[in-house]
Amino acid sequence: MIRWQVWVPLALFSAFLGVAGYQLSQPKDEFIHSTMIGKPLPQFDLPPAMEGVDGAATTNFQDGKPRLLNIWASWCLPCIAEAPHLETLKQQGVEIIGVAIRDRPEDVAAFLERNGNPYSRIGSDAVSAIQFEIGSSGVPETFVIDGKGVIRYQHIGDIRESDVPMLLEKLREAGE
Amino acid sequence: MIAELGLAALWLAAALAALQLAGGALAQRGETPLQPLVRPAAILQGLLAGFAFVMLLWVFAVTDLSVKLVAANSHSLKPMIFKIAGAWGNHEGSMLLWVTVMALAGGLIALIERRLPERTMQATLAAQGFVALGFYAFLLFSSNPFERLPVPAPEGLGLNPLLQDIGLAFHPPTLYIGYVGLSVAFSFAVGALLTRQVTPEFARVMRPWVLGAWVFLTIGITAGSYWAYYELGWGGWWFWDPVENASLMPWLAATALLHSASVLAARDALRAWTIMLGVVAFSMSMVGTFLVRSGVLTSVHAFAVDPERGSFILALLALYIGGALLVFALRAGSVSEGQRFAALSREGALVFNNVMLSAILGIVLLGTLYPLLTEAFDVRVSVGPPYFNPASAIFAIPMLLVMAVGPLLRWRGDKFERISVPVAITVAIVVTVALIIGVATAPGLLPLLGLAISIGLAVASFWPLKGRRLTRVPLATWGMVIAHFGIAIALFGMASEGAFTKERLIALAPGGSTEIAGWQVTLEGVDPVAGPNWTALEGHLLAARDGGEPVRLDPQARNFWAPPQETTESALLTRWDGQLYAVLGDRASDGRWQLRLWWKPFVTLIWYGGLLVALGGVLAIIGRVLSDLKRRRIRVLAAERRSEQAMGAVS
Repeated sequence: MIRWQVWVPLALFSAFLGVAGYQLSQPKDEFIHSTMIGKPLPQFDLPPAMEGVDGAATTNFQDGKPRLLNIWASWCLPCIAEAPHLETLKQQGVEIIGVAIRDRPEDVAAFLERNGNPYSRIGSDAVSAIQFEIGSSGVPETFVIDGKGVIRYQHIGDIRESDVPMLLEKLREAGE
Repeated sequence: MIAELGLAALWLAAALAALQLAGGALAQRGETPLQPLVRPAAILQGLLAGFAFVMLLWVFAVTDLSVKLVAANSHSLKPMIFKIAGAWGNHEGSMLLWVTVMALAGGLIALIERRLPERTMQATLAAQGFVALGFYAFLLFSSNPFERLPVPAPEGLGLNPLLQDIGLAFHPPTLYIGYVGLSVAFSFAVGALLTRQVTPEFARVMRPWVLGAWVFLTIGITAGSYWAYYELGWGGWWFWDPVENASLMPWLAATALLHSASVLAARDALRAWTIMLGVVAFSMSMVGTFLVRSGVLTSVHAFAVDPERGSFILALLALYIGGALLVFALRAGSVSEGQRFAALSREGALVFNNVMLSAILGIVLLGTLYPLLTEAFDVRVSVGPPYFNPASAIFAIPMLLVMAVGPLLRWRGDKFERISVPVAITVAIVVTVALIIGVATAPGLLPLLGLAISIGLAVASFWPLKGRRLTRVPLATWGMVIAHFGIAIALFGMASEGAFTKERLIALAPGGSTEIAGWQVTLEGVDPVAGPNWTALEGHLLAARDGGEPVRLDPQARNFWAPPQETTESALLTRWDGQLYAVLGDRASDGRWQLRLWWKPFVTLIWYGGLLVALGGVLAIIGRVLSDLKRRRIRVLAAERRSEQAMGAVS
């Protein structure tokens, strides 16, 4: 190899270090932008998930009041973890409409017996049809829906204690 | 207690790596007080790292939820095999696996490698200790796998369901042994540079290690490709994703390194080039790790993304790769090029193949880093198959052609007349096949060239055996023949899949049926099913070919709940001439089910080819080790005879 050529790899590598280092120092946009945000809820009319509750339909979201749509299931462990925080939201005056995914009435009842019932209505989505249409990929997930039935925010995963003020803020924004 | 034992072993191992570095470095300056400790330190370091890894397996096997890593990545309900695989299915565990492989390899060299000058070995082990030390620091200061939770978790969060597959449980360790095995080549290269001992003997010592790492890389890439093909449900086998490229780049460099080490071993040529490739091969492993872990690139399956960890790995990269390249630039001039050779010679063909492999490596590296480069100017692009396929083919096609005839050439210099007959036959096969397929099916230029060249190469790869007694052919030659044949087979699979795949996307009501490539596929129904930690919708399909006996296919859409995630389990029906691939999609509002069906002719040859390549590597290792042992026995016998003669002369 000719004398200057032996320096080429080091020069290229230094350039790589420079670019990679610069990129690392840049803030990353970690937020997942759902393609459903800003769009109206898909049309659905779900039967009740158990006896004694009302089912859930798109029309329930169109009376001018912002609400939460919570996708959950009795077989989902993180749903147990988020139950107390949903309860807190309910006590703050938030209306939460639930959609139970691939669930059985007796399991839904047992879950609510044990973990409390924060929902005003619970629809049953036996084959995940609504779940897919709304752009949800798992349970639990929570959507902020404004008074016209438009999706304003999507929260993936369980609601933690720290998420409660954030969700209240999103609901307030949706109400303006 | 178990976790603390593991952590203590890691600290001790790190201390031994430091000792290895200090002792080896002092030995370079002629000071030898620590020199006798270097080899034992390397061996003990390997054992301790292995012990720490076993402790990690233990806490995962018993689901010790007081360990943070277990709580974050496991779950008491998981099947045992995936509890164990969970140990390395995360950032901390996989870094511990990295260090363990590296330390075990270092210990093994220290234990068995006696052929190199002791000073070169000391430098090699010092380099190995130095690299390991950085990774121990990474583990102990930033990614401690044994960290306890203040309060044990009531239940674990689970393992990414995509990883809950037997293929992926064992794919990362395989790939890691390959990745990290290249650290041995790196350390050998640095050691030889420091002591200026770049000799054919050095190449012979390094070669089995490179071969070993390369075999694991080959198996890892092949398995990873098959996993992505059947698990992700999109029917493709290679996506040029940054994570895939991260494994392909070290493979390309290691392939070039293998061939150039052969030239150095046989002919004492390409000294600086071999060293360079030794540095580059491991650099590519580290660059790949950086790209996957730092989050600077967006990938469909980048994991453990964290800028802080990225900074740590970048610092390690700067230190090791930058350091090695600096030593290379300073020392390469003093390592002379070695023996000369004519352009038309075995060396010439191998150099050509080396340059082409390096060019493909450059193409892949550029394509992988390009989004990173443009993002610095706020332009978001993604680089995919439209760039990679033609750009790499430009270099791959001439390389494959030279590969067909290169093994027939003699070392040092050859005459074209001597190989004109096989060359003419190869060209005739390629042209004939291209004409026949081109006229019959018009599959597009790249698949057409791929099919024609693969058949020419498949025939040509057996020529080195022509006119030889097959039982006398060395194992290493058999290895080369089988590996080259494997490349031809894999290429045929890729080209055939690219040219002739049939796809059908259809919505069927239960009882409905459709037709694809001679298969009659009927949807019987869709039922819910439950597994140990998931529920799923399972479609029941009956597929019959040309009115024959129907065969069942049961694709699933799975729903895991810890953590919640949807996965698709495709159903595959394998026949000798291809695979029927079925994926169950969503239910349409009218009650029909979406089905995606593919017929992929000869697609399995891609992976059979990959396994043949790996098998070739295994045969080559066995052959090399056996011939080295034979050479050593001859040398010992000769030495005995000499000493006997000397004794005779004295008496």
